[in-house]
Amino acid sequence: MIPNKLAVRFALGSMALLTLGATVVTAQATHVNSVNPNLGAPSVESEQSHIDGVTGHAYNGKKLYRRFCIGCHGPDGNGEGENAQWIDPKPRDFTEATFKCRSTPTGTLPTDEDLYNAITRGFVTTNMPQWRPLSPQQRADLVAFVKTWSPRWAKEKSGTPLTIPSETPITIDSILRGRAMFQKLECWKCHGPEGHGDGPSAATLTDDKSNPIRPYNFSTGTRFMCGETNQDLYRIFMTGLDGSPMPSFADVVKPDEAWDLVHFLRTMQPLKTQEASLWQSYVSAHGKDIKPIGPDSAAGAQ
Amino acid sequence: MSRGFGKGVNPMKWPQSKRLFACAFLVLAMLFCDVHAACALPNSKVMAIPAFARKYGLPCSACHTAWPELNNFGQVFRDNGYQLMNDRDSPIWQNPSYFPITFRITPNWHRESTDHQQVQTQNVAGTFTGTVTQAGFDLSGMDLWSGGTLYKNISFILLPSSDATATWHFESAFVRFDNLKGSPWFNVKFGKFELDNLISEKRFLFLSANGGLYQVYHFTPPGVAATGAGDLNDFGIGDNQIGIELMGHSKNSYTRYSIAVVSSNEGGVGLTNSSTAGGTPSNRTYDVNLAFSQAFNAKGFSAGGLGLQRVGAFAYVGQRPTYFQTDTSGNPLVGLGNKSFYRVGVAGDFSIGSLELLPLFMHGHDNAYLGSGLASNSGPLPSTTRAPSFNGGFIEAHYYFNPQNVALFRFEKINMGQQADTTNPGDFGNVTAYSFGYRWYPIMLSRAGLAIDAEYSRTKSIGIVPESGDGTGNPPLFPTDGVWSSSIFLGFDFDF
Repeated sequence: MIPNKLAVRFALGSMALLTLGATVVTAQATHVNSVNPNLGAPSVESEQSHIDGVTGHAYNGKKLYRRFCIGCHGPDGNGEGENAQWIDPKPRDFTEATFKCRSTPTGTLPTDEDLYNAITRGFVTTNMPQWRPLSPQQRADLVAFVKTWSPRWAKEKSGTPLTIPSETPITIDSILRGRAMFQKLECWKCHGPEGHGDGPSAATLTDDKSNPIRPYNFSTGTRFMCGETNQDLYRIFMTGLDGSPMPSFADVVKPDEAWDLVHFLRTMQPLKTQEASLWQSYVSAHGKDIKPIGPDSAAGAQ
Repeated sequence: MSRGFGKGVNPMKWPQSKRLFACAFLVLAMLFCDVHAACALPNSKVMAIPAFARKYGLPCSACHTAWPELNNFGQVFRDNGYQLMNDRDSPIWQNPSYFPITFRITPNWHRESTDHQQVQTQNVAGTFTGTVTQAGFDLSGMDLWSGGTLYKNISFILLPSSDATATWHFESAFVRFDNLKGSPWFNVKFGKFELDNLISEKRFLFLSANGGLYQVYHFTPPGVAATGAGDLNDFGIGDNQIGIELMGHSKNSYTRYSIAVVSSNEGGVGLTNSSTAGGTPSNRTYDVNLAFSQAFNAKGFSAGGLGLQRVGAFAYVGQRPTYFQTDTSGNPLVGLGNKSFYRVGVAGDFSIGSLELLPLFMHGHDNAYLGSGLASNSGPLPSTTRAPSFNGGFIEAHYYFNPQNVALFRFEKINMGQQADTTNPGDFGNVTAYSFGYRWYPIMLSRAGLAIDAEYSRTKSIGIVPESGDGTGNPPLFPTDGVWSSSIFLGFDFDF
């Protein structure tokens, strides 16, 4: 059977014109900006990332960004995608190149691996999912493309990653010293005396874009924003979460003290950890002698 | 042009250039409207399946290569029980006014043409072999589906679906218990669902009558040409089945398995073999479907593309009745005389840059009683009767210009291995089909989607009714006749 020629031509013509029209219109109306408004930012054509032997290319990452990221982070990378208005916390603004989860000192750029880990891990308490289903190459490509949004990536090098010393033994003494640090550093003002994220300052906190932000609530037991291990927790307060009120304590806390604080913070989580077990035993035996954490407390003496 | 029509000029007699110009004018007029509609929208559109997009605020292109086909991220989301595995999964996170409902329908214009049909004309004596051609504006059926989480790690799907006349049935309805014992390897689904096909017919991109189905997913051997007896097996691996499924996957869904035990009634309800009223009573047996697939990263292939390469295998073993227990009036009550059949195959999903290739091969085998339409209590099989078998498959290609534009192509072939009767012509029942098309998604908001779909598809089936059902619905005069059936389809596929 030979179908009606006119109808076939109509169909073929329709498809050809649909292809042409669609390509032109979508290229104009729905794009990731090909000309970066941030002058001096790395070029999409040449920017790369390097993660464990995988080299990411920004020009490949651009296509992936359009597919996966644009809805939240926006066509201009400024965190103003179509869904941003409904999302809390707000999506990251890549044009500022300020990142919470880093292995590098506060104020410096993260490493490629930091960005790769953030994409892979996602942020459990936000709308950012784990992108583990993407291949390592795709995630590396996205890292390279994210670096084209800000001129900082052209002018500065990534900071030197923090060296994390071996973890000190988990003992009740370490936990008590950590508790004293929690009091002394006034962590309770935001995170609350019991770690519920309800300290006296909690309600007033904002991020660097003046959006309200909540401190981490240890009693939920969820993963931390930047990881889940003791090393991750150590890194979080030693590097700080740039762009948020959480400062870096690297200048005021020595490594051993940092591990003490890690051990104490773990006791605030409803998880079956060695720290929690030791602490519960201690509380059972010495509950009456433990001074509460808070203003004018002598918790440091415990 | 309007002057020509006024004078009664027949456009079929225009010169070719004039006809092409006329076609181009019509299509451009359509496009002009579309372009303006698209440009009037806010900027930066990439789209999502609305029910879940509204919940998570992700673009639909995050989960779909081109909706409704899933990419690996969408596969992981689905495998996790429609959860992203963060604290946004629980229903408690949703605004109380949120209700997870999506509908999808496709107003369209289409043309269907099928030759070698036995037809008559009113007021004209005689029966002729001719071509049946129909064309006009039309509607597709409608899906009205709801899905999400009832609680953390308890998910559901409810999908009432209608045909174009609004006759409804339940296409899917199940509850799923996810991540049992905290492990993604154990998930249990109960209800009516799609088999875990690596290449999903429920999520593919073709919509036309002849192209809108995988031939091999619904093929059954043609029966006995001399008597007209058809195969008693109604199974189609592309059809949703009703039962229970144990499914597991690695955290990134690179490795996946599924074991399903389903009623031997083709997803029918009311203990019949039909999703709507009036079906034949089913038997009391169960079928088993096994599926396994493994994805991997092929260095060099994934660069700049959609990523993963996946290969998989499947096997379906089932049975169907060959006669019935009846009441005293002869009305069937329960299927009896079960005879077996199986389908086995391999499939893949390969990405090479922006090109996606989906190959599939399947081998099918039906018991001789099923294949020849004979009751198993009717005595010994005739000496010419055999257990029919066939080999079939397809290769489908998608080229993604970007998340909003995809070009499509598919070639399909089914060859009978062994006929149900030795008197059948050797190629009786063979099918050849090809389709190509283009889908453009001018609206890809995270709350709604619109795709403009243009397709052309064509099938050739030897001695049998095309799988689309086009034409008279009766086989051609001779079992050696090759029935060509073609579809042209232009539609607006929208989803909210």
